[in-house]
Amino acid sequence: MSLGVAGARHVQALLGSLGRLVRNPFATALTLLVIGLALALPTALRLFVINAQAATGGFVNAVDLSVYLKTDVPLAKAQLLAGSARERAEVADVTLIPADKALEEFRTYSGFGAALEALKDNPLPHLLHVRPRADASSAAALESLRRYFAAWPEVDLVQIDSDWVRRFNAILEVLRRLLVMAALLLGAGVLAVIGNTIRLEILNRRAEIEVTKLVGGSNAFVRRPFLYTGMLYGLGGALCAWAIVEAAVALLGEPVATLAKLYGSRYSLQGPSRDDITTLLGGGTVLGWLGAWISAARHLRSIQPRA
Amino acid sequence: MITFDHLSKRYPNGREALTNVTFNVDRGEMVFLTGRSGAGKSTVLKLIALLERPTRGTVLVNGKNTGTLKARHIAAFRRQVGMVFQDHKLLLDRPVFDNVALPLVVAATPLKEIDRRVRAALDQVGLLGQERSLPLELSVGEQQRVGIARAVVSKPPVLIADEPTGNLDPDLSLEVMRLFRRFQDVGVTVIVATHDLHIVREFGQREIVLDNGRVHGQAVDSLPSLVATR
Repeated sequence: MSLGVAGARHVQALLGSLGRLVRNPFATALTLLVIGLALALPTALRLFVINAQAATGGFVNAVDLSVYLKTDVPLAKAQLLAGSARERAEVADVTLIPADKALEEFRTYSGFGAALEALKDNPLPHLLHVRPRADASSAAALESLRRYFAAWPEVDLVQIDSDWVRRFNAILEVLRRLLVMAALLLGAGVLAVIGNTIRLEILNRRAEIEVTKLVGGSNAFVRRPFLYTGMLYGLGGALCAWAIVEAAVALLGEPVATLAKLYGSRYSLQGPSRDDITTLLGGGTVLGWLGAWISAARHLRSIQPRA
Repeated sequence: MITFDHLSKRYPNGREALTNVTFNVDRGEMVFLTGRSGAGKSTVLKLIALLERPTRGTVLVNGKNTGTLKARHIAAFRRQVGMVFQDHKLLLDRPVFDNVALPLVVAATPLKEIDRRVRAALDQVGLLGQERSLPLELSVGEQQRVGIARAVVSKPPVLIADEPTGNLDPDLSLEVMRLFRRFQDVGVTVIVATHDLHIVREFGQREIVLDNGRVHGQAVDSLPSLVATR
């Protein structure tokens, strides 16, 4: 069989399958919707994880050190210390937060303003907010930096603000695991839906399959249109899922932007990337093909021609 | 062309359809397979078309042993055997052209070639011009001829027919049989199972008589175990 003839047969099978789907628009639409919903869920979950990461992205990678000076260190000395801290090679930036300013902020934001009025002195120390360079933010480098500052006689306490980062990353990890589980379960669901749809179609076309085998149609020939049908279901379902996800992103975009603005961020919701879409469409097609293949292998064998 | 050698066939339900059947059909020969219903005629044809495998003994068709042929070669094997059925087994939702073209389509014949050969086959059975008709728009005799066109369109070396005239009146039956003999004339090996003894006598071809799963009137293990009535 020449390549051209083989190609023509595949195109023929593909068009035949497409035609069959188009001729039953209602049944086809229902199947596509079920597959679309099943594929949309893991896609949406993945977008959620990506967006959560992006929304907090600035913090996740930059871990800061809070260097609390002793309360008896005067502001001028604190400024000197900030200056020398800036000279360290591993340090990207140092912000001095004077005790007065810290108290001011605390009064404004904590809601304990009245209670603080009762205090005679400012109980807060000056604080150096140290941001290490990106290449010096490994756990070991941070630890050595922490020890360096802790050794200064004026320093009371050095805190690495990594606890919440670790918690946040742990939450993301849970979400990622959930995403994998959802993808596996719903992928199996898609296989079952497509497998069952193909099974019904095989039973419907039993007579045709019998006659085709009778006149010498090979198993591959008989199977081919069903594999294309499965692939079309998978691809169509993935396109549905894409539409569902894009619609959800469009609907959520504005409220999320408003929410971000309230937090002083210019963050906006990200839709699926080109890679995400490629994965979705490719994955849907492969699932469709696989579901059809499993079903066809099982049910076509049982149909043998009888004279 | 076709050799049955001490062939026995037992179905899974335990019924022994053929017992120790031995005969030979030469290339280009036309043979009638006769006998009462249930004598085993259909089983002989099923064994030739590899719709069934032998239980004991061997069946050789065009040099191929149907007992040992691998499953993946069955499809290609069946393309060597054209089959005609009493109920013609046409696809009723497809036009005549598609029905006749099916053996060529499964054999990956180029489209132009399919078009040419389907027309040639329809011409041979006198149905040229009916390509777009649906089978149910045709008479019973015409449907049977569509089935014959489908059986010969890929020019198989062997043509088998199971009661091809069972639903036809005598005139149409004769017409169909003449058609088969025309294929024999061009070198096709033809085996027709029938219980229409008038036809068999009319055509005077060799006859293999089956009775209760055995070739009638012959010692079961002598090789030329055929009843030749010319």
